[in-house]
Amino acid sequence: MKGESKGILKRISGPVVTAVGLEAHMYDVVQVGDEQLMGEVIRIEGDKTIIQVYENTSGIRPGEPVSNTGLSLAVELGPGLLTSIYDGIQRPLEVLVDKMGNFIERGVTAPGLSHDKKWDFKPLVKAGDEAAPGAIIGEVQETNIVTRIMVPPNFKGGVVKEIKSGAFTVDEVVCTLDSGEDVKMMQVWPVRVPRPVTEKMNPDIPLVTGQRILDGLFPVAKGGTAAIPGPFGSGKTVTQQALAKWSDAQIVVYIGCGERGNEMTEVLTEFPGLEDPKSGKPLMERTVLIANTSNMPVAAREASVYTGITIAEYFRDMGYDVSLMADSTSRWAEAMREISSRLEEMPGEEGYPAYLAARLSEFYERAGRVETLNGDSGSVTVIGAVSPPGGDFSEPVTQNTLRIVKCFWALDAKLSQRRHFPAINWLNSYSLYLDTLSKWYDENVSPEWNGLRTWAMEILQKEAELQEIVQLVGSDALPDEEQVTIEVARMLREIFLQQNAFDPVDTYCSMEKQYDIMVAIKLYADLAYAALRAGVAPGRIVTITAKNDLPQIKFTQDYKADIEAIRKAMEAEFVKLREAL
Amino acid sequence: MKEYRTINKIAGPLVFVEKTEPVGYEELVNIVQSDGTVKRGQVLDTSDEIVVVQVFESTAGIGRDSGVRFTGETIKMPVSKDMLGRILSGSGKPKDGGPEIVAEKRLDIGGAAINPYARQSPEDFIQTGISTIDATNTLVRGQKLPIFSGSGLPHNEIALQIARQAKVPGSTEEFAVVFAAMGITKEEENQFMADFERTGALEHAVVFLNLADDPAVERIITPRLALTTAEYLAFELGYHVLVILTDMTNYCEALRQIGAAREEVPGRRGYPGYMYTDLASLYERAGLIKGEKGSVTQLSILTMPGDDITHPIPDLSGYITEGQIVVNRDLHRKGIYPPINVLPSLSRLMNAGIGEGKTREDHKKVSDQMYAGYAEGNDLRGLVAIVGKDALSERDQLLLEFADHFENRFVRQGHDEDRSIEESLDLGWELLATLPEELLVRIDRDLIRKFHPKYRSKEA
Repeated sequence: MKGESKGILKRISGPVVTAVGLEAHMYDVVQVGDEQLMGEVIRIEGDKTIIQVYENTSGIRPGEPVSNTGLSLAVELGPGLLTSIYDGIQRPLEVLVDKMGNFIERGVTAPGLSHDKKWDFKPLVKAGDEAAPGAIIGEVQETNIVTRIMVPPNFKGGVVKEIKSGAFTVDEVVCTLDSGEDVKMMQVWPVRVPRPVTEKMNPDIPLVTGQRILDGLFPVAKGGTAAIPGPFGSGKTVTQQALAKWSDAQIVVYIGCGERGNEMTEVLTEFPGLEDPKSGKPLMERTVLIANTSNMPVAAREASVYTGITIAEYFRDMGYDVSLMADSTSRWAEAMREISSRLEEMPGEEGYPAYLAARLSEFYERAGRVETLNGDSGSVTVIGAVSPPGGDFSEPVTQNTLRIVKCFWALDAKLSQRRHFPAINWLNSYSLYLDTLSKWYDENVSPEWNGLRTWAMEILQKEAELQEIVQLVGSDALPDEEQVTIEVARMLREIFLQQNAFDPVDTYCSMEKQYDIMVAIKLYADLAYAALRAGVAPGRIVTITAKNDLPQIKFTQDYKADIEAIRKAMEAEFVKLREAL
Repeated sequence: MKEYRTINKIAGPLVFVEKTEPVGYEELVNIVQSDGTVKRGQVLDTSDEIVVVQVFESTAGIGRDSGVRFTGETIKMPVSKDMLGRILSGSGKPKDGGPEIVAEKRLDIGGAAINPYARQSPEDFIQTGISTIDATNTLVRGQKLPIFSGSGLPHNEIALQIARQAKVPGSTEEFAVVFAAMGITKEEENQFMADFERTGALEHAVVFLNLADDPAVERIITPRLALTTAEYLAFELGYHVLVILTDMTNYCEALRQIGAAREEVPGRRGYPGYMYTDLASLYERAGLIKGEKGSVTQLSILTMPGDDITHPIPDLSGYITEGQIVVNRDLHRKGIYPPINVLPSLSRLMNAGIGEGKTREDHKKVSDQMYAGYAEGNDLRGLVAIVGKDALSERDQLLLEFADHFENRFVRQGHDEDRSIEESLDLGWELLATLPEELLVRIDRDLIRKFHPKYRSKEA
């Protein structure tokens, strides 16, 4: 263990302070000033130690003491994480309100987990059993989610000498091993170090999100990575929140990194009232929130994504599928830039530090579907929002993110202006998981699904080309067949792609319903092209009335009978059209 | 208090002082010139060798012979209920010939962040009487909604009309306006003050004025004084406060000026890399707190340089604020007031404040349908310029006309025309009724039957 060491402050400039006379190692946590503000060592230079401080530094003077705890920035992992809301360094915001009122003052510490609360520990192994690092030795029924208690990965492990059962705090020993190690319900893990796994596996199961454009056209795999870049007002946050609500992960970690305070409050007020479509329990019970809003200290914003992903990895190690939303990684990058410029480092592109790309890739690489240390499988899916200045995708954060992530959901301000939501541009977006996931779709949705998807993309692509002509000469000038294509594309856009996140039914669309809607649109297209070949005028084909009821299907819970009726009505109407010839 | 005469460098608004005893970061500093004038500043960087002080007033007259006094505390301002009705300078000194503010409390102007757990979600609809805001970009209590405008556009008139007409229907709670001007001209000041006096708004208002010829650096503290006052009125005295900040562009220019003087590595277009964090420390000071009666609603005005919404100032603002109202030059040229372009405008908190029991059940869908219709009609204008109106299909011609009606009847209204939300929505329906019913795909059948003028008149 590194010993405690003391030094004194020499210089204060915003969130970055310099101390002298301190024995320190990189990323040691230190206590700064008379008020013992929490900070972290980020540079060592001769006798000087440079520290980023997680709290506001106003009023701090040179000459005040600094002491090194000798520990790294770490989070407490154990029962009590679920339903919590933390700031960037895992201080529970609920506890902070009790301790210091409605505004966030400084110099107050609070542990991430409650150390007084007793949890009902149920052992799953008995004396004499082998318990290697990562092994599950017991569980706590926390919400409707079970928190599995594991031997920490940095233990040696051994044979269980004694295991208890009953109510304990997170600090009490619940199991002793013959290696002399005592296992408690709480583990402490440094946030900047990825938790170990046995092996990374190929992601071949989709994260079903209930969002048609994502599941249908640009799916992300469990354990995959996706980026949502978009200018302000294009619906990044609404999309992130829809994913947090409806994705079929068992655990959701939502990091509000440098974003609006009211948005976090919205999540806090809304989630407890929303039901998980599968378990029927409030969504909040599977959620951990990290909120470091834009006006909270910038160094803690830098730490918040690490805090979040470490918590996500902890649940992954229990064998859960975890999805992690980071809103927004651009604010995280800006925090790095701000600290870097205070350090007077040589800047890279647009003032961002030269290590921006490395930090981003290290972070996204902590995603993955893995074989855990105990042989189970779990995953962390990382979905990062990016806020490119001026909506310009060529800026460094977007570009460096795109080099890493496999899924790109390009938000488009033009679409959101015409209230096409989710405003994801279907021409610019892509998913590199289509091939690995196609088998799953064959087996779980329909063998026709992959074909339908390709068909829909072709029509939409074709429409984009035709629109250029329409812009010049008007739609009447198009050949007959292409007038029909334009109509089919319009239906795909308005019925399939558009989804109303605020409608109680349409907010979540099952894979089955997605398939049924797609089939109905394809049926119209097939009937329309057939009628065209039989000589029906395109004007009559695009104006049949039976298809006008199709959009209502989206807002109908029990839609099966309705969609069947629409299909019948369309067929009947086309028969009539052909008879009229 | 010890006075140092160890100034070794003065650059723009920055004064560098050597050989001091330990000085706190962000401490308030008084600099005494040889003629006795005292100027105020704040510590930007402190070490045992040199202290950097940012002076809020002009540095003219400060020299090596000036004395520097460190006060040992961060900038605090006196606040009291008596501030209502007062006109103060950009640094908080009385400007109306009245007495100094007698402090009921002295508050740190930096303002701590509201704990997200303590926040209350804003959801009380504010009726501004302007259709393009109420019906399509609804403002709610506790929201921060800026007006993105350009030079020469009537953003001040719009802000004044909102300040005049804003009310929560059915509520009689106490309200106040805090007005902070940063770098506006004397003429603009007169316009605001005349309107406040005409409507009697001044007695509910606290006015902070930093005019165009006042020191630029003072603009850094003006909004902080205003927001500290607003928070005091809201969270300690229970007022519903509307804060008007104008013009945020001037604030950002002052920020850039200081960054340049410190020789910092600049971000985009020379603005400091921390501008997002800095702006957030202003904009985020809005909202509601659980268990507290009052609220802070922010309406800031910024003029987009070159009408460019991707310029760093509107861009970073848009990422922090909860939407934006965009004032458009083309509409202004057409003589339409208020020239609000709804297409790039947005209110993020709209959904929380509208619907059954708040405004009307059809509100959201009517708004979406009008957006979609106007967006499509607006696109068709480009096509008409090429192929002529006759080449359009009947459907497209109707959409084109809808766009015209929308601008001339829905967007356009009088300076003192105060439309209720029902009037705005009914007007929306009237316009939508010019379109064939099957084009109204965003509205449920039930709502169409209930509100569409065609069915309504049958009932009547």
